[in-house]
This record gives sequence, C-alpha cells and structure tokens, in this order.
Amino acid sequence: MNTKFIYNHPTEEGKFGKYGGKFVPETLITALEELEEAYNKLRNDETFLNEFNDLQDTYNGRPTPLTFSQRLTDHYKGAKVYLKREDLCHTGAHKINNALGQILIAKYLGKKRIIAETGAGQHGVATATVCAKFGLECNVYMGEEDIERQKLNVFRMKMLGAKVIPVSSGSKTLKDATNEAIRDWIANVQNTHYIIGSVVGPHPYPMIVRDFQSVIGKEAKEQILKVENKLPNYVVACVGGGSNAMGIFHEFIQHKEVNLIGVEAAGYGVDTDLHCATLTLGREGIFHGMKTYLLQNEDGQVAPVHSISAGLDYPGVGPEHSYLKDLERVKYVSATDDEALWATLKISELEGILPALETAHAFAYLEKLMPNTKENEIVIVNVSGRGDKDLNTIIDKIGGELE
Amino acid sequence: MSAIRYKIENINSKGEKALTVFLTSGFPNPQKFVKLVLEIEKAGADLIEIGLPFGDSLADGPVIQSSYVEALKSKINLTKTLDYISEIKSKSDIPIILMSSSNPILNYGKNKFCTESKNAKVDGLIIPDVPLEEYDDFFTRDFTQFDKILLTTPTSSEKRIKSIDEKSSGFLYCVSVVGTTGVRNNFDEYVLQNLNRTYKIASKNKMQIGFGISSGEDVKRFSPYCDGVIVGSAVIKSLLTDDEKFTNTIKLVKELKEACKN
Repeated sequence: MNTKFIYNHPTEEGKFGKYGGKFVPETLITALEELEEAYNKLRNDETFLNEFNDLQDTYNGRPTPLTFSQRLTDHYKGAKVYLKREDLCHTGAHKINNALGQILIAKYLGKKRIIAETGAGQHGVATATVCAKFGLECNVYMGEEDIERQKLNVFRMKMLGAKVIPVSSGSKTLKDATNEAIRDWIANVQNTHYIIGSVVGPHPYPMIVRDFQSVIGKEAKEQILKVENKLPNYVVACVGGGSNAMGIFHEFIQHKEVNLIGVEAAGYGVDTDLHCATLTLGREGIFHGMKTYLLQNEDGQVAPVHSISAGLDYPGVGPEHSYLKDLERVKYVSATDDEALWATLKISELEGILPALETAHAFAYLEKLMPNTKENEIVIVNVSGRGDKDLNTIIDKIGGELE
Repeated sequence: MSAIRYKIENINSKGEKALTVFLTSGFPNPQKFVKLVLEIEKAGADLIEIGLPFGDSLADGPVIQSSYVEALKSKINLTKTLDYISEIKSKSDIPIILMSSSNPILNYGKNKFCTESKNAKVDGLIIPDVPLEEYDDFFTRDFTQFDKILLTTPTSSEKRIKSIDEKSSGFLYCVSVVGTTGVRNNFDEYVLQNLNRTYKIASKNKMQIGFGISSGEDVKRFSPYCDGVIVGSAVIKSLLTDDEKFTNTIKLVKELKEACKN
C-alpha cells in the first residue's frame, strides 16, 4: 500500500499553515529577500548542485550508512532496528550537511564574514569547518553555560580558526546565542551571512536548512528499500530546533503509512518547570523571527528551559514541526535527562556506538515504542550525532559508577 | 486626524521639530513611573513612547535590554503597562505610543489587547518585529483604531520605503543606522544621505528619526531631514545612574527640546 499525500510547504510567504513567516525588524528584510532569491536560483543551478554534491561525497563522506542493529533488535524482540548514521558525517553530526550548503550560498552572495549560533557546539564546529575550508571569517555565538558543558567543541572551533563569542545574557544558552547572532546580523547585514543551524528563524531559513538536511531521509529511503524492499513502519528522531528530524522526516511525509516520531527533551520531566518539550507543552508564539510553538510564561515572556543536552535546550521549535504536529502527521513525544543518559550507555554497550546526548533522546523512546512493534516491522532511528563531545557531562553525571 | 499626527503638525507649525522620548515601562522605579513620564513631558517631550519589556527583543541593544531586565524583575507586564498609560492619560493629553515585541501581544490575545489599550487611551503602536510582510496577518481589524507606526532602515529599498510610508500611520519611523538601538559616537555621511533620501520619499506621513540620537548636537544635525526625533537609549542610560529626582535626565530632555527649536 502506498498512500501518497500531497505536501508542498512552505508557501511563497514562508508559511507552514499559520506558522513560520518573517517576524524580524525591517533591517533584515532586504537580506532575507536576497537570500531567498539566491537560493531559488541556486537550487536549480547545475554548477551549484554539482559543487554541493561533490562536497557531500568527497569532503563530508556521504552517503552515510544505514546500519542494521542486530543486538538492539534481539534485545527488544520487536521490529528490526536500523540506524541512519549521521554520526559518521565529517565533524560528527548532521549539522555539516547544512553548513556546506549555506557556505556555498554565502560565497555566491559575496559575503566575507560568517556568523552562527551554537548550543552543543556541533553547528559551531560545522560552520567553523566550512569557513576554514573556504577561507571565510567565522564568528560563533555560544551561551556561557554551553561553553562550560561543551568545552571540547569550543576548543575545536578555536583550532579551526573561529572566534567563539561568549553570550552572558538571559539563560546563557542556545536561545540567547541566537538572539546575539541575530543582533549581530542586524548590525553587519551588508557584509555578513548568518548560517542558522536548525530549521528555525525567519523564512527562508526553515526551508533552506530542511532542504539541505533532507538528504538524510532520501538516502535512508533508498537504503531501506534496497535491503528490505519496503518502507519503514517507524522513523524516530530527536527534536530541539528540529533539523535532523526534518531532514529524515521530509522524504517520508508523503508516505502516510510511515509513522514519524519526534522526541523532545523532557529535562527533569514534563511535570516540572525544567524541560524543553516545546511541542508537548508550548503554545503559539512569535520568537526568533517565526511563528511557532513556544514555551512561554503567562505574560508572553520566553520561559527558561532545561535539558542535559545543550543542542535540545531551546524554548522554540522549527515552524514546520508545529505545522506537522497540528496536522497530526508527526507524533511528538519526550524523554527525560535520565532516560537519555541511560540510553547513551545502553546503546554504547549494545551497539558500539556512543550517541550524542541529543540523539540519545530518540533512542530512549525505543523503550516505549518497541514493545508495541511486531517482528515483521522496521524502525529507523536517526543517529544525528556522536557523543564524544558529551564525555565531560557523562563523567560528571555518572562519575565512578561505570564498572 | 490622529492625536499623534496632530501633535507633530502642531509643533512643526511653530517651526520646531517634535521630540518623542522613549521610556521602558516601570523603569527605573515602578512606583515613580507615572511621575517620571509627567516630568519628562514638562521638560519638553511632545510624545511619549513606552516600551513593554521583552526578554528576547531582537532590535534592542544592551542599554534598553538592561532596562528590560530590571523592569521584568519588577514584574512589569502588559496589564501593568496599560494601567500606567491609563493613569498618565487621566493627568495629561500627551500622545502615547506603545512599543512591544509581537509575542506579548499575541499571548495576551489580540482582541483583549485592543479593547484594553483603547480603554487606556493608547494612541499608537510600534511592533518592530512585524514588518510589511506580516502586517496584514498580525494587524487584524481590531487594530484599526490605533496608529501603526512602521520603520524604515538604511537597508530598505526606495520601493519599500514608499510601501512602508503608505501602510504607516501617525508618523513614519526612520531608523538612522544599520543595527540595534543604542548611542552612537558618530554618524557618517552615508547616514545623512539615507535620511535625506527617506525624507524625500516619505510623502504621506510626517517622519521622525530614531536610533542613536543622544545629544542636542545630534538633533541639530538631523533636523534638516525630519519632522521630529525619537530618543531612547540615551534617556535610559541616563536613568540608569540618575538620582531620585531624575535631575540629569530632565536636563537631557530640556537640551534635546532646545535643539528641536532651532
């Protein structure tokens, strides 16, 4: 059965249903229009596509494998578990797919200065990497709290020649790093390209980042059809801003029989104030240039959020996820810090893969999903990144308990 | 004619430029805020812009952000701000413009916001993160009764400035520089060229210039290219260190108004 359903978003105005749009100060409008125009031209331009695809193959290492996990499958005694290995991308996470695409756009636009925000540091590292490769100036905004918990990535960015600018405003995490990056862009828009790291921000960013990440789902579909000759029953990915999830979901949206599951970070739990389960507990808001689900207080101030993983520690979410939630095309669930930490250790032991703490949230949800699956079914988990960067956090949390 | 436009025309007819002073709601002292506004009016402000604090305001620089942080600590919100405006309006007929990011208004409920703002006698709105592209989506029919003041920037094309002028009401807000709000040490030739260009294009509205203006000298430099000026960060910066009687801030407003007269 192959029930296709027509899905073609966003609109020309950058709307996914009522979400998305361009809620930014006037100063940025011209730059967004310029970016949109460039992207619409380049996305069909053979020279651009050849250069992008060549970088993806020869620099990034695509296609990434789809790994069958015998031990996880045996462990759960349900569906067959496959892993889409974005952790094997150059620099250790899916973020580089987008950074490579956007650096080529920046080159086309003639922008010499690049800025980016980062939470876990993976997008910062990816941006610093492509800037090094193309010889462009790179400035990465990063919250002070994240600098502390992602020290290895800070050092990597500096080695790659990037300037890491600490952000001490607000909660000192990804949200505030994004505020500062946008303010920098407002001040330096004429010579600067802002490489947003997720499917967030004003149009056209959610569309551009999704398109560059959609290679994940395209490859996964081709790979699973080759080995299993059928589509998966479930695709599971973690959601912060939501770029790895949009990347793997996008190709499958049209196939209604494929259940798409996004796992948000529940921090200490969705019954506490310390989580970032935006789609589970947020409501419509306008933030970082987009209309989307948002965690906010009764006065419409953005709520403080928490996750053990810096990459999911964000009070908003990409507008396309908000739309897919309302459409009920994707099911959004959550996993706590403890569940993610436990899943990190379990996947390391059972599969020899150390997932990023972000990715571990997707794995954590297998505990709930797998008992309801059958042996003739297939689950694909998007392994969005590897966990080497998280060793400090993991050591702090479990200390000497690892025997 | 709207109270805002009427006031600017009235000032201009005396051969002066209008002075709009920006204040952060409830800052620096929630108990003395209404008194502060009335003192600022007495010192020479023709219009008052009141900023609703928002923790993640994209268009604001460090000075206004720090005033927002302070005001949020004092639990200043939309309800409290409308109470202030209501009280000011019971004591003065100075036109009041409410400046807010879009989210607190969306969260409050647009209908409820419009009803209560009308009751409080708000004259106009500035919502910097609602550009032309989102104007029709955001400003539903409920907003008809308010002037909606839109911003142009040095990056706006001539065509956009025309459309923005067309959609704007009350006045046209010309942002002098590329960047966030805040005091600037100097303005280059390019800044004046842009002001000159925008002032020539704006035909429907009176035009006021804002961002970076901090002294009488700045006002005099910009006077040939506008109908009025908006001063925000310089006033907030002064309030951050001022005494309880706002002595220095009142002196600053007097200096600015004096410069508006020549």
